[in-house]
Amino acid sequence: MVSIVLVGHSRELLRGLRAMLAQAAPAVLVSVAGGTDGGALGTSAPMILAAVRGVLAEAPDGAVVLLDLGSAALALEMALDDLGPADRARVRVSRGALVEGAVRAAVEAAGGGPLNAVLAASEVPPGHDKLPDDWPANGMAPG
Amino acid sequence: MSGALIAGWLRLAASRIAAERVHLTELDAAIGDGDHGINLHRGFGALEARLAAGDFATDAPGPLLVLAGRTITGTVGGASGALYGRALLRAGAALEARPGGSVATSAQLAAVLRAAVDAVAALGRSRPGEKTMLDALVPAVVAFEAAGAAGIDVASAMRRAADAAEAGARDTLPLLATKGRASYLGERSIGHLDPGAVSSALLLRALADAAAGGA
Repeated sequence: MVSIVLVGHSRELLRGLRAMLAQAAPAVLVSVAGGTDGGALGTSAPMILAAVRGVLAEAPDGAVVLLDLGSAALALEMALDDLGPADRARVRVSRGALVEGAVRAAVEAAGGGPLNAVLAASEVPPGHDKLPDDWPANGMAPG
Repeated sequence: MSGALIAGWLRLAASRIAAERVHLTELDAAIGDGDHGINLHRGFGALEARLAAGDFATDAPGPLLVLAGRTITGTVGGASGALYGRALLRAGAALEARPGGSVATSAQLAAVLRAAVDAVAALGRSRPGEKTMLDALVPAVVAFEAAGAAGIDVASAMRRAADAAEAGARDTLPLLATKGRASYLGERSIGHLDPGAVSSALLLRALADAAAGGA
């Protein structure tokens, strides 16, 4: 089964998201790398590397990584540069929105989807609208 | 270049970042997320503590730079931690690849600095003129390379590089930020110094002062 790695600036944010994923897809292994090594807001390349290595050791089918903000991509790139080629080939990095992308990825992974299907599920298309079609326009009086 | 010089530089850099952390954070509050000084102080403070505890061997410069780079990437957080960490790691690797694991002339050291700054540019997908640390780092490397080609001694080359970095940092004032968090501000980024360029100049001045034997 494909596993998921959540990378971001806040450990609390990612732990909360992991709890949501555990409810939606309890069988899926989810690892978080949030905050600096000392627990401050930020990202840590060594922590990301450890999280990715950890899930790859447990999950032979690979891992999809999701990020909170673009600045996390710098630390992620450093971490992935330190993976061996065999491990790197089992990792996909998602361009999807963190929360919705992670939930969709977890559900796809729980259903046994292969790595590229889990990646595709995570990449919520730009302009995706989470509100129903008949939601009133902002600024309009309710009702 | 000795491991003792690198250790002395890192300690001096840590104390100057501690002294400048409020200024750096104020610069970042104007155009970023207001944490640059706090983040660097946390990372270089962790580095200083590990040096003081004797966690790092300081006899060889390359391995020490690699350990420093790992510490910075894990503790600074955000883009600046990844970028400075990458620079230190790449400089360390460049030194380790040389015969004897070190450099003697300013031309050889210029090649090490060039490798580190190129790695920052590659990771950040940036170039000079975009209001980033590269606006200090690239002029510094260019000055260092010119000094190296002219056969100028290492300590003088470092001083010229620090001068060029400080001038480059000052010249970020009118620039429009197109990379990083400051780019969210668009034209409102004009008229502020880039905090990453200022901290880069601080680090290079500390290197020059450490090499000159003064603090």
